This record gives sequence, structure tokens and C-alpha cells, in this order.
Amino acid sequence: MVLVYINSTTGLSKAALETVTYGKKLSGGVTVITNGSASNEQLAQLGEYGASKVLVDRSVDGEDPQQLARLIAAVADQVAASTVIFSHDIYGKAVAPRLSVRMNAGLIAGAIAVPEADGSVKVNVFSGKAVGFVKVASAKQIISLLPNSIQPEKTGSACSVEETNGLAGTSAIKVLETKKPEGSIPLPEAELVVSAGRGLKGPENWGMIEELATALGAATACSRPVADIGWRPHHEHVGQTGVAIRPNLYIAVGISGAIQHLAGVNGSKVIVVVNTDKEAPFFKAADYGVVGDAFEVVPRLVEAVKRFKATQH
Amino acid sequence: MNILVCISKAPDTTSKIAFTNNSTQFDENGVQYIVNPYDEWYALVRALELKETIGGNVTIVTVGTAADESIIRKALAIGADEAVRIDADPKDAYFVAMQISSYAKAKGFDLVMTGKETINYNGSQVGGMIAEAMDLPFVSLATKLDVNGTKLTLEREIVGGVQVVEVSTPAVVSCAKGMAEQRIPNMRGIMAARTKPLTVIPAEAVADLSSYVSYIMPNAKSSVKMIDPSNMDELVALLHNEAKVI
Ligand SMILES: Cc1cc2nc3c(=O)[nH]c(=O)nc-3n(C[C@H](O)[C@H](O)[C@H](O)COP(=O)(O)OP(=O)(O)OC[C@H]3O[C@@H](n4cnc5c(N)ncnc54)[C@H](O)[C@@H]3O)c2cc1C
Repeated sequence: MVLVYINSTTGLSKAALETVTYGKKLSGGVTVITNGSASNEQLAQLGEYGASKVLVDRSVDGEDPQQLARLIAAVADQVAASTVIFSHDIYGKAVAPRLSVRMNAGLIAGAIAVPEADGSVKVNVFSGKAVGFVKVASAKQIISLLPNSIQPEKTGSACSVEETNGLAGTSAIKVLETKKPEGSIPLPEAELVVSAGRGLKGPENWGMIEELATALGAATACSRPVADIGWRPHHEHVGQTGVAIRPNLYIAVGISGAIQHLAGVNGSKVIVVVNTDKEAPFFKAADYGVVGDAFEVVPRLVEAVKRFKATQH
Repeated sequence: MNILVCISKAPDTTSKIAFTNNSTQFDENGVQYIVNPYDEWYALVRALELKETIGGNVTIVTVGTAADESIIRKALAIGADEAVRIDADPKDAYFVAMQISSYAKAKGFDLVMTGKETINYNGSQVGGMIAEAMDLPFVSLATKLDVNGTKLTLEREIVGGVQVVEVSTPAVVSCAKGMAEQRIPNMRGIMAARTKPLTVIPAEAVADLSSYVSYIMPNAKSSVKMIDPSNMDELVALLHNEAKVI
């Protein structure tokens, strides 16, 4: 039996559907454990992606990884799960390590594919510069799946949803405030990303980058120096020492393509580079390149995207 | 405040990544090791700032061999008071976390800090594992940390935003960007580091829960297709028809 943990406090994310699909690929029997306020109708839809049953604890807000580890370990025992699956997002990173110790189960963190024939699982290592095959030595295992590594697949129909409670204990973490910028797309989950670097000269020039992102429905990102000097917020910094992302499309404007930057983005399926310098190292990692001045190319690209979107309706 | 900062070594970010022994081992030939940037820039520097404002002691701990003492001296030069090396070749994250938690259990630290992840294995595992083994609360991916008596106020990353949370000490915190600014050690720090206490303790017998069986390098990109900068309609058409990403 496979147990999948999803966080459904803000509905069913694509990452959640990916983990359930992943569970289904590993085992015929998939139980989902979740917390939060999603409706039973919403949760029942997980059956379409392979869940045979969903258990929900509505008393747990999911903010304390210790509570979640207690809950998930107890449910894993109940359903005799030998594999527990998470998304390698903020919840997976906080809870899966705790659960690994609690269940004495080896953790494969950041899986990018289903297990190989020998049971090993591919993960990105060295910030995306290589791929390793990890195998657990324990009877039970925990796998956290890197978002956007597999696509959700519908294979079944709605499943039953049952409430559970009393397994999580109390929370030691008190939430004082939650700040979510309106309308922005979380970077690690974004399928399209527009990113810019020091080539843009100053924070006042990001208007066209945001316009391009809005036209595409993309998230925005930046290089490290741009976040360090405060032109952009820290959470937009991608690279070896920032966020590692693997969107379907990464558009890099005015970024040279230093090795530490590439480490965080070279898992992207398609890379477009806009740079005035035809020798910029980023072109070696790109699928499409434009040698030109961002201040001319980007506004043109915005218009072209808008024209394209208009034909799609 | 008595703070323990967990330090890992990591290959310098410009290192050439290659594997030996039939692709089963990282090739350390010519590789320079540094203190993992998340541990150094964020966890260690914030710990030092806290000590400077409210007093206390900052101990660093690493699971490593004698060859790793250069990164320990670097962390001492930045300002840690003392260092502990648990003598073992660090294998999986579980092994490392078990060593550190069994050392830390009896020491009464108010706060255990780690970096968000290492830049070589990127697992983001050790902090949460230490917290579970010590039965302490864990705040992961914290970008801000303030102390008020026995209360910690933290900001942490959540999906699409940040959250302000409060937790009582003792606790475990993993540190991400925003927590502090990188500090370059000065000459005085480097000199002082030579005489600061470094205690070496033996590792406990712990079985690994996971291992890397082999490695591969990702496929290289085929060559780039150049687009005329005045023809962005062509780029959009290629992204739609050829790459199928929009
Ligand atoms: C330990 C360590 C960790 C690091 N981690 C990271 C990391 O995680 N992420 C990261 O990004 N960096 C990281 N770096 C920094 C990295 O080495 C580079 O310095 C950084 O990525 C460069 O940022 P940039 O490309 O924005 O700026 P630059 O290197 O200054 O490049 C600017 C580019 O813009 C181009 N340009 C200029 N004007 C225009 C114009 N009008 N139109 C179009 N193009 C233009 C230039 O040709 C140039 O290629 C790290 C460094 C170290 C030492």
C-alpha cells in the first residue's frame, strides 16, 4: 500500500495531483492523507488520479510539521503503507525528514522519476549538475517528488472520503501572520518563468518583465546579484544558492548564465535567452537565443505574445 | 542563548562535477571544499548576530573526517566560539542527523540551526531529522529570526508568500536567504580561529537508511536556435508549434 500526503488547504494543487498519479504508478492501492478545509467533493476527485480512499483531518492546519509527522505515521500504520509519498515542496521538506526518523524509513528527497527496475530512484544532485540514483536500505521508504517532474494522469473515478482525527497531537507553532502577494504565481510550481538579471540596469526597468510575465501567465524570477542589491525580493532569486526550478519554459533576460545560476534552472524543458552579448555563456544552455537589447526585444516580445494570445480565443 | 549551528562541507560552486569508480562515486580530484553557503551565510551569521545582541555562545558541529578541519576553521574565523567534529565520513542525511542529535541531546542548546539544504545533495533533510530525533519543534526555510526570551519569532517561506510564526525554545530552524548577509572573516578572526577549541568525538554506530548507487550527467542541450531580434512573432510561433510550451 502507498500512502500519499497532500496539503489541500488552498485546494488541490497541480503538485498534489502529481503525487497521487505517482503513487498510482507504484501501487494498485493508494490512500491519501490530507489536512485542511478542502470540501469532500474536491477531495473525492483525487480518485480520478488513482486514490482509492482519502482520509482528511480537518482539525490540523498543517503549519506544524511535528503534528503532520505524527498524523501521517499513525495513518501509515493503520493502512500498512510501505511507501509514503510527498511533494518536494515546503511541506515535503519540513515533514518528510521528520517522518523518516519516526518510521525508520529511508528518505529519497527530490525524486524526478518513478523507481527504476532495481528500486533506485533518480534525484537531481549537485544543484542539477548531475543525476543520482538513490536506494533505501530500510523496509519502508519515503519519496518526495520534485514538482513538475511527471504530469497528472486521470485513470479512475471519484473515491470515498473519510474524516479522521485525534492522531496529530497539539501544535507547537503559532501562526501570527500570513502574507501572500495578490495574484502572483508561486515560483517553484510555475510552468512558465520570466527571469531577468543585472543587464536590466535598475529596478525601475522591471515593468516590461512583469508585463511579459502577465501576458504569458508566467511567474517572475531573477539572478542573485539582483536580489542581493534589493532590486527584486529574495524569494525570486534562482540558482544554486536560491530556488531551483524546472519549469516548461524559462526566459532569461540580461542574465550572463554563470554556472551557479545555470545550476538552478538547467532542469527547465525549454530555455530562451535574450542578451546583448553573443558570447554570453547562457547561450550554450539555451534552446532559443536572441542577441539584442532587452529594452527593444522585450517590448516586442510582449506585443507578439499578446497577438498570439488573441488568436487563441 | 546557547546555539548549535550544523555545518556541512560542499564543493566550491565552480567545481567540475564528475564521477569515478564506474560512476558510483563523486570524483573529488581537484575539488575545493567550502562551507555549504546556506550554513555559512544564513545559519552561522544569524547565530552570531543573535549572540552579539543578546549574549550567549555559538558552537558549530560537523560530521566529517580530519580533512574537513579547514571548513571548521573557516567557520570559527567568521566568529563561532567553539567547534565539535564528529569523526566519521558523512554518508546519508539520516546518519548525520543521528550523530548530531545524539551529541546535542545532553547539551541543553536553546536553538539548533541548519542551512536550508546543501548545494551538493540538496536534500533539505538534516534539520527535520534532528528535530524529530530530539522531539523538538522545527521551523523550516526560515528567512528571519528574532528572539524574545524563550520565544522565537520567525518568518518562513510558504507557497506563494511568507508567514510569521512563533515557537518556544528549544527548537530547530533551517535557514534560507534573507536571514543574514554573508560575512567575510577578517585577519583577527582568522588568527583567533587557530586557538579556539575544536573537540573531536567518536561517531556512534548508526546504519544508513539510504545510499547513492550511481550517477549520470544530464543530457547536453543540442545547439541553440538563434532568432532575429526584430522578429519576436517567430519566437512565439516556435514556442507554440515546435517547443509546445505555450
Ligand atoms: C558561491 C556562489 C553562489 C552563487 N549563487 C548564485 C545563484 O544561486 N544564482 C545566481 O544567479 N547567481 C549566483 N552566483 C553569482 C553568479 O556567479 C553570477 O555573478 C550572477 O549569476 C550574475 O548575475 P547576472 O547574470 O544578473 O549579472 P551579470 O553577470 O552582470 O550579467 C549581466 C548580463 O546582462 C547582459 N546585458 C547587459 N545589458 C543588456 C541589455 N540591455 N539587454 C540584454 N542583455 C544585457 C550582459 O551581456 C550580461 O551577460 C553565485 C556566486 C557564488 C560565488
